[in-house]
Parts: sequence; C-alpha cells; structure tokens
Amino acid sequence: MINNKRVLIIVPAWNEAESIGEVVTEIRGELPGTDVLVVDDGSADDTGAVARNAGAIVARLPYNLGVGGGMRLGYRYARTEGYDVAVQLDADGQHDPRYVPKLVDALQDASLVIGARFAGEGGYQVHGPRRWAMGLLSLVLSAMAHTRLTDTTSGFRACDRSLIELFADWYPVDYLGDTVETLVRVIRLRYRVRQVPVAMRRRFGGTPSHSPIKALIYLCRAFLILVLALIRR
Amino acid sequence: MRLSFLTAIAALVVLAVIFELLRRRQLREKYAVLWMCAVPVILLLGFFPRLLDSISDLVGVASGVSLVLFLAVVFLLMVCIHLSWEASRLEEKTRTLAEEIALIRTMLRERDQVK
Repeated sequence: MINNKRVLIIVPAWNEAESIGEVVTEIRGELPGTDVLVVDDGSADDTGAVARNAGAIVARLPYNLGVGGGMRLGYRYARTEGYDVAVQLDADGQHDPRYVPKLVDALQDASLVIGARFAGEGGYQVHGPRRWAMGLLSLVLSAMAHTRLTDTTSGFRACDRSLIELFADWYPVDYLGDTVETLVRVIRLRYRVRQVPVAMRRRFGGTPSHSPIKALIYLCRAFLILVLALIRR
Repeated sequence: MRLSFLTAIAALVVLAVIFELLRRRQLREKYAVLWMCAVPVILLLGFFPRLLDSISDLVGVASGVSLVLFLAVVFLLMVCIHLSWEASRLEEKTRTLAEEIALIRTMLRERDQVK
C-alpha cells in the first residue's frame, strides 16, 4: 500500500538473470507494501527462477513477445487482481525504486506519471541521432499534452486504474511503440500526463548500445512510430 | 501458337496445384473461393492469351498479353497485401493467447501457494 492504494510493480524481463534478483530484492526492501510482478518474456536463462527466489510473482510467457507483450500481460494481471496503481520499472536496475512513492503521489492530479531523466536530476546524457530523436519526440508530445515532457521514451512510469483498464486491452508490442505510441494514445484520449524528475543509475548487468548506426535506426523508427501513432485511429 | 502452348501448360499446372490443395483440405474455404474464381480466368487466358486484345485497344494497352500481365501483377499485389494483413491478425491472436496462458499459469501457481 502506498497512499492507501494497492500498488503493483511490473518488471518486464528478458534474459536478465544477472540483474533481476538484485532489482527485485531492492524493490521489496524499499517498498514493502507493494507486490512485484516480473514478466519473464520467454527468457532462455533462469530469469524466472531468480525472480521467484527473490520474492516476486513471476508470469512467464511461452515465447518472446517483445517489451510490449510483456507489459500488456502485466496490466492484465493488475486488472484481474484489482490493483489501483501499476508502476513499470526496468529489469536492468536503471530505475531507482525509491522514486516510486513520488510517482504514485503525482497520480493525484494525473492518470499517467513518467519518471523522466533530463529533467534536472541525475547526469544522464545522450548524443547524436538518438538525442535528436528524443528531442523531436519530446517537442511534439509536450505540445500535444500541454505539459513539459522531457523523456517520452522512459520505461519508468506509473498509471492509475483507468489506464490499467486501457493497457490491459491495448498495448503495442513493438519497441518504442510501447513507450511513444502509448503516450500519444493516452494524450489523445485526454488523460492527464505529467512527469516527475528522476535520476538514472548505471545498469546492474548488460551493456547499453552506443553504435551510431543503431542510433540512426533508432531515429528513423522513432519518427515512423510517431507518425503512425498520430494518424492511427 | 507457341505462346498459347506455354501459357496453357502453365495454367494447367496452376490448376492442378490448387485442385490438389483443395482436395487434401489444406486450404480454408475463404481462400479456396478466391482461387476457385481465379482458376477459370487463368485457364481461359492460358489457352487464348489474345482474348483481351479488343479490350486492350479500348483502354490503350498495345497488346492483350500486356494487359493480362498488368492485371495479374495487380491481382498478386492485392493477394500479398491481404496475406500480410492476415499475418498481422494471426500474430495479434497468438500474442493474446500467449498472454492469457501466462496469466492463467501465474494465477494457478498463486492459488496453490495460498492453500
């Protein structure tokens, strides 16, 4: 319970056995009143077992669906079990669970709260095409939402019951679609969105990608996803 | 004359393949209907490729054979689009099934733990 609300922390994980144990242990230590659901997206390693031993509820998909598939399953679980708030958080340890109460607090005057890097806290930096992509996205989405959104691709977000219902039925499966397209849809349905500054940490395991070609592909995909999200019904 | 020979043989091969697939129940009815309609057209034009010459004059295409080729490309393109649409729908359906199965298994496990 946070603010008298039943809170579910959804952690989508794919081959994160290295870091998932530590992430779950930390969440349970920092937020004792919440439940942790790890969605094991068809991992080949023992992500599911590690998470279960650390005290999480584990939902294992029979094969890999991509981030969005895992997230929709998380929201379905939240809807079926009647949670008031769902918080999504990455399995690589980038997101500090100590910010979760802050995000949940902000739900008092918004339906979706994004934990945003670049909003003052922490020293997270990106460069090149990736930065342009993020800049473009935040420009367009801020204008649409009538509020400043500096980190539209953040996977650290909290939502209330009305959006749990929405996301349980509809959640794009593609990478970037899971963050950008959901945001566009939520704004177009006139839900209130706001952001809360958070600091990002170094990952517990895994390596971030820094290749310039990947960054360029990222830019193109971001643009495509944005255009599609805007013209889709 | 040699052209008719070639196209007629091609038409017969296509006909045989579709017939065999239908006979072995490898095609759903909705696709079967599509190909059943296509078969007579393919056969007719296979044996008489110059059948459309008069119509091609009307629409400004030099020869009936070119017109057939053009229509065939359009038809195949539509079939391709239809198939990618079907594939998207199927992916969405299998995704939903996978999620539902995972959800049911998770809840079963929890129920066992409570007991």
